[in-house]
Amino acid sequence: MNNPQLNAKGELQHLLSIEGLPREILTQILDTAESFADVTEREVKKVPLLRGKSVFNLFFEPSTRTRTTFEIAAKRLSADVINLNIAISSQTKGESLLDTVANLSAMQADIFVVRHNSSGAPFLIARHVKPHEHVINAGDGRHAHPTQGLLDLFTIRHYKKDFSRLTVAIVGDILHSRVARSLIHGLTTLGAPEVRVIGPQTLLPTGVEALGVRVFHDMREGLRGADAVVMLRLQNERMGGALLPSAQEFNKHYGLTADKLALAKPDAIVMHPGPMNRGVEIDSSVADGPHSVILPQVTFGIAVRMAVMSIVAGN
Amino acid sequence: MTRLPDAEKLCQQLAAELKPRLGPKSAMVGLYTGGAWLAERLHQLLDMKSPLGLMDIAFYRDDYAARGLKHDPKRTKIPFDVNGAELLLVDDVLYSGRTVRAAMNELFDYGRPASISLVVLADRGGRQLPICPQYCGAELEVPAGMRLRLKRDEAGKLELAMEKQGE
Repeated sequence: MNNPQLNAKGELQHLLSIEGLPREILTQILDTAESFADVTEREVKKVPLLRGKSVFNLFFEPSTRTRTTFEIAAKRLSADVINLNIAISSQTKGESLLDTVANLSAMQADIFVVRHNSSGAPFLIARHVKPHEHVINAGDGRHAHPTQGLLDLFTIRHYKKDFSRLTVAIVGDILHSRVARSLIHGLTTLGAPEVRVIGPQTLLPTGVEALGVRVFHDMREGLRGADAVVMLRLQNERMGGALLPSAQEFNKHYGLTADKLALAKPDAIVMHPGPMNRGVEIDSSVADGPHSVILPQVTFGIAVRMAVMSIVAGN
Repeated sequence: MTRLPDAEKLCQQLAAELKPRLGPKSAMVGLYTGGAWLAERLHQLLDMKSPLGLMDIAFYRDDYAARGLKHDPKRTKIPFDVNGAELLLVDDVLYSGRTVRAAMNELFDYGRPASISLVVLADRGGRQLPICPQYCGAELEVPAGMRLRLKRDEAGKLELAMEKQGE
């Protein structure tokens, strides 16, 4: 099978999507990230691995957390980081995506970190870059957000050690969520026996069962016995048309409250990819409560991005 | 094939040599994988007070550009303050000296040790960097294309082995 993410030796050349990555590569990324997590705890939080390499952050869509954590990760690997805010650059003057990339490539890029509102944009770029250049998808449209999916997997493995007996519930706006898709593929590849998606019919993609998940419309039922609860953000900016009556109505049925969380396992962890809408998909008492691992997720995100960059740049 | 010395005996010999040199600031760091086994053994034989440090130099290698990142980097754990410590850096076999160079760079990212001494079970020559061991179990001649490495069996017994490169 021709996988655009892998080189001829089957090694990771670009990270475009978790879908289609073999279990060994997912495990390699998670194991490597564990070693990098230690680096971020010591006096000099830097290793010389990517010294002399240039990482271009190409963000065609606004993002603070993802862009910043990629920047920190690249700097901790000793790479030079160039941030391009495309909204105020050449694209507004009419330059095509591939021309932008060709120009940056002429400036000796090694890694492109790409976020784009069109699904598939990072794939297009990956097909046109030189063999020594690598593309990392930092979120494309509704399609995929593989480093977020990987950091969610890392977080679950960190707290639960092993996927083989886990029930993971993903709650909310699955339809517009690239995070959910990436995470579902990762969980099923790593052998989690039960992945549930919980949400109203209007916010679930048609045929979502085909991804190997169980669908619930009743949140209480879906949370029962869960080991990990992943809340998704209600993506107002991606919603065209009336998919929901109101945020209050959503909160009533699908917001995570302490009493709904009590139905999950007593040691369940609560995750959220951020940014959170407090009082909509998650209550403050849960977001700041003892089950929440939302802030550790951010810290782990740096180690995971260090792992991905150092693996692709070495292949 | 030349007979290789008994790794267990070399280990005892190194411990005896190190014993009178240990001070209150002494601490030990072993390099994965063989050096970590040797360090675990020496640390125990010497009954050292400070906990043992273990290091994987994968993120400091000088051949990353050519070979990429290896698949299973172990976690470096230095559970003591490196600042001011008199470090014993332990590896199984000393060859080009590049691993030791990488290890010293990594150690300095943890702090500024008072000193670093190199302890190896075997020195096979062939240095490419100005590095020499302070404590060495044995000097061995190894034919080109062959690799000398430490093995550990299920019972924990250490043994030197010679094999073709790449095996």
